[in-house]
Amino acid sequence: MNMNDVLIAILVLIVAPIVGCLAAGIDRRITARLQGRVGPPLLQPYYDVRKLLSKDNMVVNKSQNFFVVVYLVFIVLSLLMLIFRQDILMIIFVYTVASIALVVGGMSTGSPYARIGSSREIMAILAYEPILILYALAIYLLTGTFKLSAVVDASTPLLAYTPLIFIAMIFVLNIKLKKSPFDYSTSHHAHQELVKGMLTEYSGPGFAIIEVAHFYEYVFLTGLLFVFWTVNPLIGFLLSTAAFLLVIVIDNITARIYWQWMLKLSWTFLLGISIVNIAFLYFSGVKL
Amino acid sequence: MSLAKSPWIIHVNCNSCNGCDIEVVACLTPLYDAERFGVLNIGTPKQADIMVVTGSINYKNVNVLKNIYNQIPDPKVVLAVGACASTGGIFHDCYNVIGGVDQIIPVDAYVPGCCPRPEAILDGVVAALSILESKSQGKIKGKEVKLKGNEVPSNA
Repeated sequence: MNMNDVLIAILVLIVAPIVGCLAAGIDRRITARLQGRVGPPLLQPYYDVRKLLSKDNMVVNKSQNFFVVVYLVFIVLSLLMLIFRQDILMIIFVYTVASIALVVGGMSTGSPYARIGSSREIMAILAYEPILILYALAIYLLTGTFKLSAVVDASTPLLAYTPLIFIAMIFVLNIKLKKSPFDYSTSHHAHQELVKGMLTEYSGPGFAIIEVAHFYEYVFLTGLLFVFWTVNPLIGFLLSTAAFLLVIVIDNITARIYWQWMLKLSWTFLLGISIVNIAFLYFSGVKL
Repeated sequence: MSLAKSPWIIHVNCNSCNGCDIEVVACLTPLYDAERFGVLNIGTPKQADIMVVTGSINYKNVNVLKNIYNQIPDPKVVLAVGACASTGGIFHDCYNVIGGVDQIIPVDAYVPGCCPRPEAILDGVVAALSILESKSQGKIKGKEVKLKGNEVPSNA
């Protein structure tokens, strides 16, 4: 690892939460405007984090703090691996560890609300994980390697051969950002489901770290969509931004559904179109 | 200044007639939009800063109120909304009613009225913000309120 890589890593560590914070602020502004309200200031997520850092940290048990840190570290790690164009399969596994850390942290409290929220989050992981794996598989079929650098070096955008997987990935973005109609494990804004779901027992600095990790997660998840058009970074940026805005609009025009409905949607429709896309790639034998 | 910019409230209904509760919820509607001050109606006491209590305190709910108060991390303020929460209201001499919220936990701001208008509640929240800020600077901690049984006093 040379000096240049270290500089890029430090830059990502600093810039990603700022971008994520602005994205969260834009999300809240747009949501407010769609509901006919004025809405909070753009920097409201930053004020929230600063306030949470100044509060007391009340935890049920000490291991909660550990799981919060694990969540942050693995989100940051997966984002850095994405920036450095590492193995997409490994990135997905590292990202799963982060999601699981939050689930285990919620389970460890013993609070019934946190427990139900955590089990629902496991259902969400069950719903989106196969699609992420098929996304990695599509990259493998198109380039012959799981390395993202092969996608970046190719002259054709990934989206040209994987439009169906792109549609499925928008739903994954929706599930992972915990937006309606899939916001039943926990949610942002003032939607309440089972008190605060998985995050019920976090307070003060611990919750602030989760919020900062969410900022990284915003960048990471839109980064996964950016991969679909790396030939021209501007188009890739517009594509991921458009997907993010679409998720916010879907958040505001839909009601929360049962988790059973999400599993049905994911394992029939989303998995179906992903498999159709994979089958096309496999039988036609196209390469990027 | 960080606390005053994002006060998260938890709404506790202590035996209220639902009049004040409707008005509290009305603060979040597009007409009044409490979120423009950063106010979120958060579900869990562990993430709340301002405790909004409606309704008078009786022997059944007194321990619930104490329990929720103890679970809010410092610095925290309590806002009593409505006549019942402030003094006991028209229920003050009922056999099962203890009185206003201040009989049990320290109250920082009162919003009188039966029921108070949403403007008055928002005014109360904004008044509570400066108290919250001064508590934060003075590092004033809320005392833990001891839980007791549902004992009824001998004179009742």
